[in-house]
Amino acid sequence: MSDLLSNAILASLFIFSLAMVLTLVRLFKGPSAQDRVLALDYLYITAMLMMLTLGIRYASDTYFEAALLIALFGFVGSFALAKFLLRGEVIE
Amino acid sequence: MSGELSLWIEIPVAILLLLSSLFALVGALGMLRLKDYFQRMHPPALASTLGAWSVALASIIYFSALKSGPVLHAWLIPILLSITVPVTTLLLARAALFRKRMAGDDVPAEVSSRRIQAQATASNPAPSATHNGE
Repeated sequence: MSDLLSNAILASLFIFSLAMVLTLVRLFKGPSAQDRVLALDYLYITAMLMMLTLGIRYASDTYFEAALLIALFGFVGSFALAKFLLRGEVIE
Repeated sequence: MSGELSLWIEIPVAILLLLSSLFALVGALGMLRLKDYFQRMHPPALASTLGAWSVALASIIYFSALKSGPVLHAWLIPILLSITVPVTTLLLARAALFRKRMAGDDVPAEVSSRRIQAQATASNPAPSATHNGE
């Protein structure tokens, strides 16, 4: 891997973590519960993109499977939290 | 291991990765700075569509060049996101509408016809409106 690609990967990882920090600010500050759920969902998506970038960095397939798992569990978690906000219980 | 990748592979991969991270940053900034919750629901779509597509394309280009054959499994991520993200967004919007309506804010009224019929039947005491179990 050349210097160009590894530097680009480092820069994009830095920008991803900056985005995660901004999302954390919204997560802690969020005036309502649905803001916090939205920020948590966005944290999942950003972490998944970061996993794919790390997979390119280390040229390994394992990170792709981790990203797939994060996507699945993020969907289930956000679905359950939104359902809880809608009805007050997860399974009716 | 991969020192022989040509520059014509690495430049698009680098550009796509930087683009994806910038989309994620713009989404986070928008979610931090917009005023209303329903405005704030829009910026995350930037990362889950354009950001995911760019990083999946970068992954496909890089691994296809590395293994000198098509490696397409990274497409699973945008496909999965395009199925799951609208479901979460719709449910969160409905939850926010419901909570704001319960809090007495000025939001549009319920448009579900079944709910309106249920309210109409609950208003006159004749039918057995004990389906809530309260």
